[in-house]
Amino acid sequence: MIIGPFGLHLVGQEGADVMHVAEFGVVMMLFLVGLELEPALLWRLRAPILGLGGLQVVGTAAVLGGIALLLGLPFPAAVAVGLTLSMSSTAIVLQMLGEKGLMKTAAGQSSFAVLLFQDLAVIPMLALFPLLAPAGAVAVAEHGSWADGLPAWGKTLVVLGAVAGVVALGRFAVRPALRAVARTGLRELFTAAALLLVIGIALLMQSVGLSPALGTFLAGVVLADSEYRHELEADIEPFKGLLLGLFFIAVGASIDFRLIAERPGTIVGLVGLVLVAKLLVLAALARVFRLSTDQGLLLAFALPQVGEFAFVLLAFAASLGVLGVEVTGPLVAVTALSMAVTPLLMVAYERLIAPRVIAGRGEERAADAIDDQAGVIICGFGRFGNTVGRLLRANGHPAVVLDNDSDRVELLRRMGLKVFYGDATRLDLLTAAGAHQARVIILALDSPEKNLELARLVQQHFPHLTVLARATDRPDTYELMDLGLTHIYRDTLDTSLRVGVDALRLLGMRAYAAHRAAQVFRKYDEAALTELAATRRDRSAYISLARDRIAALEALLQSDRGEFSDGQDRGWDPEGVREESRAGGLRPS
Amino acid sequence: MASILVLFAHPALEKSRVHRRLLDAAAGLPGVYVHDLYEAYPDFDIDVRREQELLLTHPVILLQYPLYWYSTPAILKQWQDLVLEHGWAYGRAGTRLRGKRLQVVTSAGGGAQAYQPGGFNAHPVTDFLFPVEQTARLCGMEWLPPYVVLGSHRMELPEIDAAAAAYRRHLEQLRDTLPVPAEAP
Ligand SMILES: Cc1cc2nc3c(=O)[nH]c(=O)nc-3n(C[C@H](O)[C@H](O)[C@H](O)COP(=O)(O)O)c2cc1C
Repeated sequence: MIIGPFGLHLVGQEGADVMHVAEFGVVMMLFLVGLELEPALLWRLRAPILGLGGLQVVGTAAVLGGIALLLGLPFPAAVAVGLTLSMSSTAIVLQMLGEKGLMKTAAGQSSFAVLLFQDLAVIPMLALFPLLAPAGAVAVAEHGSWADGLPAWGKTLVVLGAVAGVVALGRFAVRPALRAVARTGLRELFTAAALLLVIGIALLMQSVGLSPALGTFLAGVVLADSEYRHELEADIEPFKGLLLGLFFIAVGASIDFRLIAERPGTIVGLVGLVLVAKLLVLAALARVFRLSTDQGLLLAFALPQVGEFAFVLLAFAASLGVLGVEVTGPLVAVTALSMAVTPLLMVAYERLIAPRVIAGRGEERAADAIDDQAGVIICGFGRFGNTVGRLLRANGHPAVVLDNDSDRVELLRRMGLKVFYGDATRLDLLTAAGAHQARVIILALDSPEKNLELARLVQQHFPHLTVLARATDRPDTYELMDLGLTHIYRDTLDTSLRVGVDALRLLGMRAYAAHRAAQVFRKYDEAALTELAATRRDRSAYISLARDRIAALEALLQSDRGEFSDGQDRGWDPEGVREESRAGGLRPS
Repeated sequence: MASILVLFAHPALEKSRVHRRLLDAAAGLPGVYVHDLYEAYPDFDIDVRREQELLLTHPVILLQYPLYWYSTPAILKQWQDLVLEHGWAYGRAGTRLRGKRLQVVTSAGGGAQAYQPGGFNAHPVTDFLFPVEQTARLCGMEWLPPYVVLGSHRMELPEIDAAAAAYRRHLEQLRDTLPVPAEAP
């Protein structure tokens, strides 16, 4: 309802050009990316962000800018090209690494840091570009903004002012507004408000001649540490898949096939050049920052594409007259093509590079062929899996381990464990790990989605295996239950119960009574889980949404209030016998 | 160093009428060390070395528990099974408990009439303590006559308090009449 007129308006204003559809997809995407970036997280990663990220941008810009100079571009244009091409695609890389469960590896963290720096670097870049504009050049007003008439320094000021404005607005106006909307308790209204917010900021930024994508990204960051972050995320989440699809379609659509057809050699050559240059810079930096070879290569193979901000920067540079259409046209194509080949590069890394690099370090790889009949396979050797694995190993049942963190794999290999590197949801890897001979498989991956996917795979291809699955939350427990699994372990349940027991003891309860209370509670909780699993279908379909989680918690707390421990441990209660005994004796009459 | 070790076992002390008061009477008595097994090992994971150490450092050992099904509460059984190791407590080399004195302190719901031939339980209460008695003998310990509070079902609070006071005197007496421990050769 609201998107319609606004969307049409947006498109109408700028001509029904596919690039603008792309830009709108990017706008929404970046709002979500921004929402993920809590200021606290930024702070924790400051060293890799500034160091690795900074050097990546500077290094890549220098190399590619240098090449641009050699190709005959004037200096300011070469700077603009170098900076623009140093961007990588946050949307693609984060999505890809997240899907593969690689975000927690050294390469994943480094990728995140680099992407973050790039995202932030866009702001000064946008401020810098007007200064690069040739003196006296008449800016082609792409967005028809009033700022176009201003001199270069004025534009820089306007840009900075707009950024400050969005930050201030986010802090002081948007939050109270959201609070008011939230108080009405109408979910649809909140969703509408969230969309309105994004679109409003996009329009605002456009009106001062700035990229709407950047504006919403900023708005996302500003709201990331607000109390409505999860609410916003949850409300926009359903759109996320759609938007991502739109985004990728837009990337595809922005490829100007006429241009490529005219000069196929040039374009493909440029794509290759850019990819190789970025890859080499990343690999070199990974060395400097002491990533292991395979993690460094993973980083290099994940990030060499040119990112979505390049579209924004190129459009901006063109509107300022920094770059001509004869430059931006091919570069837009290069950007889109480089994004398109990213998944292929990852496959190349996984299938060709990683096995070699990692095998080269361990002892002879042939020993990995199934020599002894390991009875158990553990998928994921992080905090959860490793405790399980150590217990089994200490008791004479060394497990075969599958893990996708190559640093960890290397360590475990050195400790003499049987470890396979790779994504545990790969059928060939499971087979290689001896899934046909094993009896038990333990799904201990960090990502619930991955565990679920793995559970399905195992049920389908190795039905003889008994599956023990880790779950994090009630919703994913339900999904595992739906598959018919019976061995499901909520990974914080036991710890929280132990904390509860210790708290009860400190409050004066007898140790054994507290222990029994926890045992009883656990049994009751499992029963309640099964019960709620059966009724949850009647409620909303979006069980993972924050609001539903609250509703589920409410139901849970309400059912706890019943005296569920009644009838427990009555054997130790002598009152009944005492009464009978005082009333004449225990003999049956 | 305390001379009397009270190994105490009650799974639901919060429901207790008798042992709670007996325990209060014993607690804080000089020369008496009360070791509350259910409190120390709520998960039944008994620290065998620590238990053996306690046994070694006390010449008199009391097992204090309510009579449950003519036997001890579960944790005392677990304690016996794990702590009284072969080669330590019994067997050719198992001499570590030799010469120590063991006494059961228990309470029973049934009264004296119930615990006699022809009564509800057909036997004196000491008959039901025989497994513990034989355990003590196997380990070379001296078996002291059990200290039993009978008829707890029908006891009112003043009687229980009186029983607790009597128990305290019993402990003092036991402590004060201890033979001076022989010097190690
Ligand atoms: C599980 C259980 C089993 C019992 N078995 C017996 C028994 O076999 N013979 C008996 O005389 N009393 C029996 N009783 C009664 C207890 O011995 C009596 O309640 C206890 O000694 C009272 O001490 P308290 O108030 O400290 O719990 C039993 C009580 C319970 C709870």
